[in-house]
Amino acid sequence: MIGARLHLQRPGFTLDLDLKLPGRGVSALFGPSGCGKTTVLRALAGLERARGRVALGSTVWQDDASGTFVPTHRRALGYVIQDAALFPHLDVRRNLAFGERRVAPGARRIALPQVLALLGIEGLLARSVGTLSGGERQRVAIARALATSPELLLMDEPLSALDAARKAEILPFLERLTHELAIPIVYVTHAMDEVARLADHLVLLDAGRERAAGPLGELLARPDLFLARLPGAPDDAGVVIEAAVRAHDDAYGLLQLGFDGGTLWMAGARRPTGEHVRVRVLARDVSVTRQPPQATSILNVLPVQLDHWQTDGDTVLLKLRAGGCTALLARITRRSVDLLALQPGDTLYAQIKGVALA
Amino acid sequence: MTAADWAAVRLTAELAGLSTALLLLMGAPLAWWLARTRSAFKPLAASVVALPLVLPPTVLGFYLLLLMGPQGPIGQFTQSLGLGRLPFTFGGLVVASVIYSLPFVVQPLHQAFEAIPERTLEAAATLRAGPWDRFFSVALPLARPGLLTAGVLGFAHTVGEFGVVLMIGGNIPGATRVLSVALFEHVEAAEYADAHRLAGGLLAFALTVLVVLYAVNRRPRA
Repeated sequence: MIGARLHLQRPGFTLDLDLKLPGRGVSALFGPSGCGKTTVLRALAGLERARGRVALGSTVWQDDASGTFVPTHRRALGYVIQDAALFPHLDVRRNLAFGERRVAPGARRIALPQVLALLGIEGLLARSVGTLSGGERQRVAIARALATSPELLLMDEPLSALDAARKAEILPFLERLTHELAIPIVYVTHAMDEVARLADHLVLLDAGRERAAGPLGELLARPDLFLARLPGAPDDAGVVIEAAVRAHDDAYGLLQLGFDGGTLWMAGARRPTGEHVRVRVLARDVSVTRQPPQATSILNVLPVQLDHWQTDGDTVLLKLRAGGCTALLARITRRSVDLLALQPGDTLYAQIKGVALA
Repeated sequence: MTAADWAAVRLTAELAGLSTALLLLMGAPLAWWLARTRSAFKPLAASVVALPLVLPPTVLGFYLLLLMGPQGPIGQFTQSLGLGRLPFTFGGLVVASVIYSLPFVVQPLHQAFEAIPERTLEAAATLRAGPWDRFFSVALPLARPGLLTAGVLGFAHTVGEFGVVLMIGGNIPGATRVLSVALFEHVEAAEYADAHRLAGGLLAFALTVLVVLYAVNRRPRA
């Protein structure tokens, strides 16, 4: 459990938060720029001095009530920022060794070779940092942070300085990292695709305050939060569903996925049966009918219950439940709500036009 | 060259070498403080360091003479330590040189330290490096070009000083008679051939030092 009660006053900005993040998995701090996400991360690291209390499990890093403030270099954390901040006077190998050799051998729980393999940078060790590409720099920065065997990894928009191709190159490494290392990660971002792919827990920040927090699936399925309206995320409202590969239809190049509440077909290359995947279903790709559709080209039709809805401008976001548990969002027009005379509790059929890997 | 002139060369090299070493030792922490501090005293401290750039050396020499003289606070202090008085000794020259050349060492270091991005030092902190560790393992190596410039300028400027030396050191062979003073004496005595040898040597030295410095610092940082 990571607990942070932070208060900070600056001209034109007030941070007032009581964060509780799970002690495992990836917690994403998400919000528009200027909402205070980076300040929160810096306060967790001790690089910024906010008033309050910061504790990782039973380790107290800051407690103003007892006058405790552990300086950054004595906190067992790793910190990765947008532009990597590698040391230009050291080569890759010595950048990686910088933090590692400052940690007592007894406290090293992560072996450097494992980190190198996880991030695919074994071949870069002898390179000077000036010759690395943006994606390589970022991977070295992550490895450098992990080499200190941190008990908490803080990442401040680690992918935002990269173009889409570089980002796609690093995301799989990050994913593997989050699955294979038992280190809680606090991940700051304003990119919904990174949240959908990496986060387990989500905190929505707005103007220095927490708007909502909870498990990713629950929060994304709340139609009242208007995640769709956040800057830089045009109509990105949608849910993330954890699923497992059930079967293949090689003739049509389709995968069948099973999840709590039903099955979904998705176009895609063959994957091992049983493999865990995370898929995204956007609200704008879901429509509803009263009757089970006959002869439709839509592959995925799920019986659902209408939970409630929220008007969002000229459209309405419906929250649906498939199989009583898994939540879906559907974006339809206000006229459709009236035409179908929708009522909470109605049984409907959700037609899902698009399913994509998160 | 005469034996006296060689003695002046050796004395000058000793003075400049010792002064430069002391300047780097004191100048690096001072420059680091100036580059990092948000203290209200920073403008005052920076101005005091820069004073020798604008003051006539004789003003500096005059006040140093008073401070280090028998009635001056520094003079009383050195006498109480049993060191005697500093004016007209090699030790006095070293003290004066350090003060006189201070801006030439502190300013390049200050600029070099200021050019180090805050996030690089913060990265070092998140990698378990404490304040001293960050200074020695990140700041100093990254400031290397500034360190070289500071050392070379400090040395060359000490070799070239005249006014302060004359006020504080006088002209005692083997103790305070440095090159610039020896040159002045040759000119006074109309020994132009001797004067040429020293003046030409100093000119060649200064030019060589600066060419090497600019060539080395022009090299792109890897």
